[in-house]
Amino acid sequence: MSMSGSAAAPALSAATPAPSLPRFRNAGWWGLILPAFLLMTVFYLAPILQVLLISFTEPRPGLDNYERLFTSMGVQNVIETTLRICIITTAVSLALGYALSYVVALASPRAQRWWLLAVLVPLWISVLVRSFAWVTLLRRQGLVNEGLMGLGVIDEPLRLVWNEFGIVVGMVHYMVPYAVLPILASMREIDPRLLAAARGLGASRFTAFRRVFLPLSAPGLVAAGVLVFIFSLGFYITPAILGGGKTLMAAEWIKLQILDLIRWGLGTMLATVLVVAILVTLAIFSRVVNLKRLFGGGA
Amino acid sequence: MSEATALSRPEARSAGHALELRGLSKRYGSFTAVENVSLRVESGEFLTLLGPSGSGKTTILMMIAGFTTPSEGGILLDGQDITGLPPEKRDFGMVFQGYALFPHMSVAENVAFPLRVRAMGKAEREAKVRAALDLVQLDRFAERKPSQLSGGQQQRVALARALVFDPALLLLDEPLSALDKKLRAELQEELKALHRRVGRTFVNVTHDQEEALSLSDHIAILNHGKLVQMGGPTALYEAPRTRFVADFLGKSNFLQGTVRELAPGGMALQAGGTRLVQAAGAGPRPAIGAPALLSLRPEKIALLGESDAAENMVSGEIAAWAYLGAGFSLAVRTADLGEIRVALPAWKAPIAPAEGLPVRLGWSADAAVPVLEDEGAA
Repeated sequence: MSMSGSAAAPALSAATPAPSLPRFRNAGWWGLILPAFLLMTVFYLAPILQVLLISFTEPRPGLDNYERLFTSMGVQNVIETTLRICIITTAVSLALGYALSYVVALASPRAQRWWLLAVLVPLWISVLVRSFAWVTLLRRQGLVNEGLMGLGVIDEPLRLVWNEFGIVVGMVHYMVPYAVLPILASMREIDPRLLAAARGLGASRFTAFRRVFLPLSAPGLVAAGVLVFIFSLGFYITPAILGGGKTLMAAEWIKLQILDLIRWGLGTMLATVLVVAILVTLAIFSRVVNLKRLFGGGA
Repeated sequence: MSEATALSRPEARSAGHALELRGLSKRYGSFTAVENVSLRVESGEFLTLLGPSGSGKTTILMMIAGFTTPSEGGILLDGQDITGLPPEKRDFGMVFQGYALFPHMSVAENVAFPLRVRAMGKAEREAKVRAALDLVQLDRFAERKPSQLSGGQQQRVALARALVFDPALLLLDEPLSALDKKLRAELQEELKALHRRVGRTFVNVTHDQEEALSLSDHIAILNHGKLVQMGGPTALYEAPRTRFVADFLGKSNFLQGTVRELAPGGMALQAGGTRLVQAAGAGPRPAIGAPALLSLRPEKIALLGESDAAENMVSGEIAAWAYLGAGFSLAVRTADLGEIRVALPAWKAPIAPAEGLPVRLGWSADAAVPVLEDEGAA
């Protein structure tokens, strides 16, 4: 990089390095990240701080908005619904993700590549497209209902969408890859000989799994749980489309307050609660698992 | 160190079991990893399966352990067929390559694992774990995690874990290969002492010929999936049946000649202009005029002085030499026998080796052994 200035240093001066050179070089590197830093502070941190501020000042200064957390049934309902859907989504995603990772981790390297591709392809498709795809599948005249009625399993269409069930289906579908990646990473670190050793020492397949494989993959499971839960808390598009406006989760409720009801104070209050909830979750789990692993840092 | 442990009672001598392999084969598609191997390990014996990588030795061990299903043949323990048993039902202890200790368990928990899966009571389990850790002198490390132990200590934990449940058989898959040379020699001695103490049947797999020679009661030499020769270390070293065995177990010179005379106790060969006298080997007697191959160990060759004589003598000059501390390794170029390696003790060596130095080599008629060319050798 010419910014560092060292590339231009002639070979002759190499014997007497200028003492200020390292600092200059560092300044150059810091300069490189300056645009990103400004972008983050001006367009990201500042609005968040403003959100925090508004929640204490609109419609009048004070803790009125936060009081609603304890007094308003509507607010409590939204929080309860959000937590319930997030917990169910996380649990189902972890179960499916763990099973999927287990199959992938034990597959041959060639098969592993195909499995991973199959897991990752959905990530490349817009969440909007996927949500509408689920609507067409699950609605009254959708493939699932028509199919079940054609087989004579049911007499009238099941209510599969525009309720919590639909939201959970859509969210789980979105979250499973995020569950698979950390779980698979921790499963891949397990020496397959450990399982053979367990069986050689007298453990059945199941005991070897329970006493050796499961504990060793637990960090990945916890990491995946945190990741999925936090993602779920702020989910907007999928619940908005598959919930049909009847089941409100936090993100959609916030949008409703701010854009439709112009109640900025209430909207920003819940947004702040959401941010704090995520930070608290992270703080708790950072003591349990290595967060670097969660966010793809070095092992 | 406590000798009076549950594992090392005097009557434990009889606790070993005999293992028999009958016509064992393993094929992967068109590739034959193991071909028709039959052998017997007597109760309390230490058997080593020795061979280069790809010789099928690990496949055989995995079939004994139950992780690999044989394509043909059977495995018998004390005469009972166990070929179809899953590994956990065989009751064999196994020390894996790289030890395969459970990283999330302490040393004591690792050793307790086989007892726990057998649902042994807590008091009995703890006593057995303590005895097993005593046996490998690791009682002070019970609460450590495997990652906090040195390679040699991990190896001992693996041994304790494999022995704690009084297994019918102890299987060792290259148990010392991950250790450095000095530690390896130390643990070889320990392993040998342990085998004597517990009196169990051990089956060891290695590619290290020194390890095989120093540890084993019997060695089975494998090549290309076939059992080439089996016997005691001395018998194999002194009387290799084939070129491969002579070459793989120790170092060897190979002398090629034509049989000229046959006598009851031996024969005479012609190799170029040199006549060699050779004592009869264990193999079939060759016919006059047939080609013969002799294996001659470097340490059985002497440097002859001006007036010395030996039954076999050849002159040459030193083509290359190396000083190894305990001795010199000489490569002597000869006209009729090609290059001959000689191991010469360095202490009071009769010559100071130098390239181009003319020397006379001599060896007795019983120093070399006739060996067969390998089957299918190119």
